[in-house]
Amino acid sequence: MTIAIRVKGFSHFFGSLQTLKTIDLDILKNEILGVIGPAGSGKSTFLGALNRMNDLIRKSRTEGTIEIEGKNIYDPDVNVAELRRRLGMVFATPVPLPRSIFENVVFGTRLSGPRHRARLAEIVEDCLKRTSLWEEVKDRLDTSALRLSGGQQQRLCIARILALRPDFILLDEPCSGLDPISTAKIEDSLRLLKRDYTIILVTNNTKQAARVADQTAFFLSGELIEVGPTDKIFTAPDDQRTDDYLRGRFG
Amino acid sequence: MRLDPKVEQGLVKAALQVMTAVTVFVLIFIIVFILRKGISVLDFSFLTRNPVDMGRGGGIFSTIVGTLVLTLVAVLIAAPLGVGTAIFLTEYTWENRITRIIRFGADCLAGIPSIIFGLFGFILFVTKLGFGWSVLSGGLTLAFMILPTIIRTSEEAIKSVPATYRQVSFSLGSTRWQMVTRVVLPAALPGIVTGIILSIGRSIGETAAVIFTAGSALHLPTSIFSSSRTMAVHFYILAREGISMSNAYGTAAILVISVLIINLLTYYLMEKFIRKYS
Repeated sequence: MTIAIRVKGFSHFFGSLQTLKTIDLDILKNEILGVIGPAGSGKSTFLGALNRMNDLIRKSRTEGTIEIEGKNIYDPDVNVAELRRRLGMVFATPVPLPRSIFENVVFGTRLSGPRHRARLAEIVEDCLKRTSLWEEVKDRLDTSALRLSGGQQQRLCIARILALRPDFILLDEPCSGLDPISTAKIEDSLRLLKRDYTIILVTNNTKQAARVADQTAFFLSGELIEVGPTDKIFTAPDDQRTDDYLRGRFG
Repeated sequence: MRLDPKVEQGLVKAALQVMTAVTVFVLIFIIVFILRKGISVLDFSFLTRNPVDMGRGGGIFSTIVGTLVLTLVAVLIAAPLGVGTAIFLTEYTWENRITRIIRFGADCLAGIPSIIFGLFGFILFVTKLGFGWSVLSGGLTLAFMILPTIIRTSEEAIKSVPATYRQVSFSLGSTRWQMVTRVVLPAALPGIVTGIILSIGRSIGETAAVIFTAGSALHLPTSIFSSSRTMAVHFYILAREGISMSNAYGTAAILVISVLIINLLTYYLMEKFIRKYS
């Protein structure tokens, strides 16, 4: 197993508030890492640390390192825009930009990559097919993305990430607002996608982690309590707090 | 004693209807009054001929041109400055003491009477910088007069763009400038343009700031250093000096009609734009 991301002694602060406490974690290539924990446990902050979206928040500060292919992403010479393209992020609520479906998919591509219309059209078709949205929208690519349903919008957001050709896909509670059928469609896409990508899935639905994650990490109050193969975490966790959380004693 | 809720609702609704009716009535009254007074002198030659004999005869062509170029100069200067400042305040700085001071300053500037701007423009542009009474001096003065409005309306428009759009844009690997130009500005454009249109309306109707800085020459401006008279100034002089009331009302009618046309055109463009982007 190759390590894709190595988090070493990583802490994060908002002003004087410490939101992540010396996290050590290896993320394996082509696997799905499920990140679970109650609200305020730091799991979304952890995600934001990986693609440096936390930089955008005022008074954000970090300690320790996060290495991708041996390179600390917090080094001063890192091109942050490029980094974010490598770690595509899907948010809790789908946010299509007020543009056409086509333009949404190629938004990131247009920023740096090819701009030739035919090439862009190929990318759109490919990415929409891989999120099984193509059949539903192929005849109305030029209509506004805002008119899609919630589930379709979320799959569009994933397609928009795929168009970046990232190495990682970060998902922040991607199914929190979706019905079970849309959720199942997204989980199916994730299982397909892990062949090509390393996926980090933050979820407050522990059963979702149990269904799709290979490894599961449990966060509590900014601490990584434990991480291991999903089966083990869900059946025989080492830490009592993990067991309590999974049994619903708190959270 | 409390009123019966039904009666209360009825009274409130009636009161609101009366307020709306008064507003609409005043608006229609002004427009009809001016058009009726002015319509007798309006014909094609009134628009295409220059004023003759101080404005007693002839048309108002040179003042229409004067109004257009002055407004154009003002908008060309104020729009980039104002929108740029708004972008800086909203996207490139955290909210702090300095941004609050800038914003407070802009608000104060917006409340200063235009004649003060006229005086300022006269001292700075006309005399100190030696631009004389000219389109340039007048345009610069108008630009400073409308700048606060453009800054504040642009800022509000930019702020109303959802924060999630910015997050998405950043997460897809855009730089801050790409985020501003590709996501924020298109979404904020209707609001920004509305602010600019309001400013254009103010510029067209402005007299005090212009009369001190652009002068009141009746000939056609030939360069930005020519003195020029705007329609509003022309109206003011015709009416105040009692030169020709009918031509004054004719000028007023054209002023009102141009403002109407500008507003209609804006709404039309805005509709088209909104349909394209959402």
